Parts: sequence; structure tokens; C-alpha cells
Amino acid sequence: MTLSAWLMLTATWAVVVFFTARFFAAVLRTPQRPQDDD
Amino acid sequence: MSGRQEGWGTRVGLVLAVAGNAVGLGNFLRFPAQAAQNGGGAFLIPYLVSFLLMGIPLLWVEWAIGRHGGGLGHHSAPGQLASLGRYRWLKYVGVFGLFTNLCVAAYYCYLESWTLAYVWHSLIGTFEHVDPARFFPEYLGVTADSIFALPLGAFFFFALTLALNTWILSRGLVKGVELAAKIGMPLLFVFAAVLAVRALTLSPGEPGVVQSPLEGLNFVWQPRLGGLTDPTIWMAAAGQIFFTLSVGMGSIHCYASYVKQKQDIALNAATAGWMNEFVEVILGGSLLIPIATAYIGLAAVQEATAGGSGFSLGFLTLPTLFHNWGAFAPVAGAMWFGLLFFAGITSSLAMGQPILAFLEDEYGLPRRRAALGFGLSVFALGFVCVWLYPAGAFDEFDFWTGTFGLVVFALLEVIIFAWIFGMDRGWAEITRGADIRVPTFYRFVIRWITPLFILVVFVGALFQPMGRGWGAAFSQLFAGEGWPFAPESVIGRIFHVGDAAHSWFDAAGLPTRGMVVDLTRLLLLGVFLAIAVLVWNAWRRKGARR
Repeated sequence: MTLSAWLMLTATWAVVVFFTARFFAAVLRTPQRPQDDD
Repeated sequence: MSGRQEGWGTRVGLVLAVAGNAVGLGNFLRFPAQAAQNGGGAFLIPYLVSFLLMGIPLLWVEWAIGRHGGGLGHHSAPGQLASLGRYRWLKYVGVFGLFTNLCVAAYYCYLESWTLAYVWHSLIGTFEHVDPARFFPEYLGVTADSIFALPLGAFFFFALTLALNTWILSRGLVKGVELAAKIGMPLLFVFAAVLAVRALTLSPGEPGVVQSPLEGLNFVWQPRLGGLTDPTIWMAAAGQIFFTLSVGMGSIHCYASYVKQKQDIALNAATAGWMNEFVEVILGGSLLIPIATAYIGLAAVQEATAGGSGFSLGFLTLPTLFHNWGAFAPVAGAMWFGLLFFAGITSSLAMGQPILAFLEDEYGLPRRRAALGFGLSVFALGFVCVWLYPAGAFDEFDFWTGTFGLVVFALLEVIIFAWIFGMDRGWAEITRGADIRVPTFYRFVIRWITPLFILVVFVGALFQPMGRGWGAAFSQLFAGEGWPFAPESVIGRIFHVGDAAHSWFDAAGLPTRGMVVDLTRLLLLGVFLAIAVLVWNAWRRKGARR
């Protein structure tokens, strides 16, 4: 693989992994808030 | 409306179900081919821009419409769209949210059944002695001299797949759809990760390996930055984002309608969207092309993906290539087609749920009867796709419902949300109970940029030029030679461009492919009108009850 391909792959994977992990972790950490009628 | 209060069991279950809805066969078969053919690594720039300016905002809009409608007792698109304004026609825009789900499910369940059949044939070793390139047309019953096909094996797996979908849907949201997502999605991740590790560690010294799989990865990721000024690549990227997220269908609206009014939708939508990107960009980009490159070489892979689809590699080539993996071959084949099956079934369940919700909410049908109604309707429409597959009925379903219908619905819903419901109320709906801070500039994006992006995709579909070269097409237009409509563009299809001899009967008086194509379009129009009548009747009954 060329250096530019590696750079593109690494940058894109980093962005995708960062946001997927960050948001999914937030979903796991945050329970749904209860409703008034619950 | 029924008085039931169905809801999701867990938040993770909801996110996995929505991510499963988005993750489909295209994540593994279409994305890598699209990226490789449209600028390589440079494709990811317009792709991610489209995701941020069209994909994510559209997800928020659909979740907001769904939760808003759900609060008023509407779990399907007609009622949800009707609740966005006082115009009577709004509910008929919602017809798209039932029509596309029903008709896409018809051909998609058939496609899904192929993956199930291939799991079976991988496990029993069929591909050890039968060439998949020969097996596939035989499996579908395609012959050179007939426009009809009634393949018993394919029909059996179609019926089995549909029965499985119907049974899961009949079990309800928590015990059916959510449980399927909680089982299917982790298995999909595991299967894809195992195959990706094996694929990327293949080396030229191993039996059958002719080239490093990293050459295939390079083919996908090598940035050709000159392509960034080519509108064709931007159109391809926007189209890929649009279709990978399963927006414009009405299924996200339906799933979101079971979220309670003060619970978050902003984080849930963003998580499901990014999870789809993880599967598509990281797992999808690391399987098909690297494995195929290792065994058949880059030149053959480039030729096989030239049309922007990896379908032939996935179904015709990979089953043979897995044989180089020795005793692991049946398992590898089962894992590959198994992950495609899980990607498929989590999507087809999402297509069924809005239909069930409509029948339950608006006609008071019990869930099991509603599920049966969905199953029988999909069976009838799917039979057309199976029987008339060689004549192109499957492709017509795919184009008019799974491509054109989605874009039309998405364009209309985002305009209705931003301009009729209004951005003030819309923004309040998106941000109510949000567990993340939604950047304020998305107010502007949803109002202006997202509709513009979808409009570009829509116009692109209408006027797609021959050879997909927009620059050359404009040059031809300005030279006074007219617009070179591609046969696969909307206008090209309507006017049968490239089919000068279009007729319903051949010289022997037998029906032709052209007849099947036209009658399939009439059938789809009839289905749309029939659903519109059902919607009209449901509202008439409500009016009478008041």
C-alpha cells in the first residue's frame, strides 16, 4: 500500500472509530430518563 | 388508533435495531466497489461530508417525526406526516412510508433468502464441486430462452425467509425485533471481524494467493484527489450515504415512534448512524476486495467492480475462493453469507414493522393478524420477483421502490419538517431530552443544505447521463446535441432509452421482457394507489367516529 492510501485509511478509520465508540459508550452509560407517567 | 403502549425494552436494543435497519448487504457489497471506482480514498471526503450534511440531519428529522407522531398514537408514516401540519394531503405523502417498505421487502426478502441458501450450500460443501458462477443462474432458474422462472430451491428459501420474518414480527417489538437485533448484530460484528483479520493476514506464500490483499486495500483507499472536482464522484458519494442509512423509507420513523416523549433521540440517531459507518467503512471495506484481490488478482477485481457493485464478487467468486482455506472453508462461507443474512434480516424486519403498526393503529388488527397480512402481501409481491426475475421484475421493484421512492419521500419529508412543521418546533423536537448537544448550525443545515443535497441526488437520478460522466454530458448539451440520458436514469427508464425495439410481443407473438417491465411498473403504481385508498378509508372511518 502507498503512504497516501495508509494515511487516508488511518485518518478515516480514526474518525469513524472515535465517534462510534464515543456515542455508543454514551448510550451504554446513560439510561433512558423515566417518563412522568412511568 | 389502538390504545396499546408498546415500547422498546432497552436503549441498546433500540440502537442496535436501528443500526441493523441501516446495515444491509450494500455495506459489504456496494460500498467498497463504489469507493474504489470513484476516487479511492478521495471518495471518503465527499462521503463523510454527505454523511454530516445530509445523513445525520436526515436521521434526526426522521427520529423527530417518528417520536412526535408516536406521542399522538401514530406509529406509521401517514399519521406521523399528517400530524406535522393541518393540510389533508400530508397523510398521502406518508403513503410512501408504507409503499416503499412493502415493495422493498418483497424483493429484499428474496435477496435475503439467497444469503440463507448460500449459508446452507457453504456448510454442505456444494461449492466444492459446483462452480458458483454456474450455480447462481441455475439456482434462480434463469435460462437463455425464457422470461419466467419457478426455481423450487430458491422458492423454498424465499418462503422460509419470509416465514421467519413474519414469525419474528408477530412476537412483538421487544421479544421479536429487538431480540433479533441483539442476536444478529453482535454475530455480524464477530463474523465480519474474524473474516477481516483472516483476509488482511493472507500472504502470497499461502496456497492460491496470487497477490497481497493489501493491494486490494490500496485499490479501495489510494486517494485520487483529482476526482474531488468531478460532480460524478460527489453524486456517487451522496447516493451511497443516502442508501446506506435506510432513510426515506418510514422504518426509522416507526422505530422512533416507540420512544417516549421526554427520552433522547439525538444521541440514539447519531449512534446508530455512526455504527452503520463503522460496519460499512471499516468492516465492509476490509473484506470483499482484499480477499478477492489475494486470490484472483487486482486486475480481475477491477474488472468485476467496474459497474460500482461488488455483487458478482460476493456471490459468484468468494464461495470458490474460500476453498483455499482448507477445513475452515465451509465455516468461512457460512460466516460470510451468515453476516450478509443478519445484515438483511435486521433490515427486512424494519420494513415489516411500519406495515404492522399501520394495520394495528388505523384498522385495529391484532399483531399476529397484522404480521400475517404483511407476510401474505410480501409473498404475493415477492412471487412476482421470483417468477419474473429473468424478465427484470426484480430490478424494476428495486429501482422504483428501493431507489426512486426513497429519494422522493426523503425530499418531501425534510421540506415538510423544516417548512410546514417549522424549524422552531422541529428544533425543539430534535433537542428535547437530548443526551448530546446538537450543534446549532444544524438548524440552518436541516432547513437549507439537507434538502439541497437530496435534491441533487434526486436530479442526479432523473438525469443520470450515459457513462455517468456529468462534465461530458454538459459539454454535449451546450454543443446543441441534447442530453445523453442513461438507460438507468429515471427519464431513461420511463422512455425506454436504449431499447429502440421496445414492444410487448416478439415476432412469434410471445410476451417480451418489455411487457413484463411495463406491467411491473403498473403493478407498483396499483400498490401505491391501493395503500392510498387504505389511508383515505382509515381517516374517513376516524372522521365518522368523531
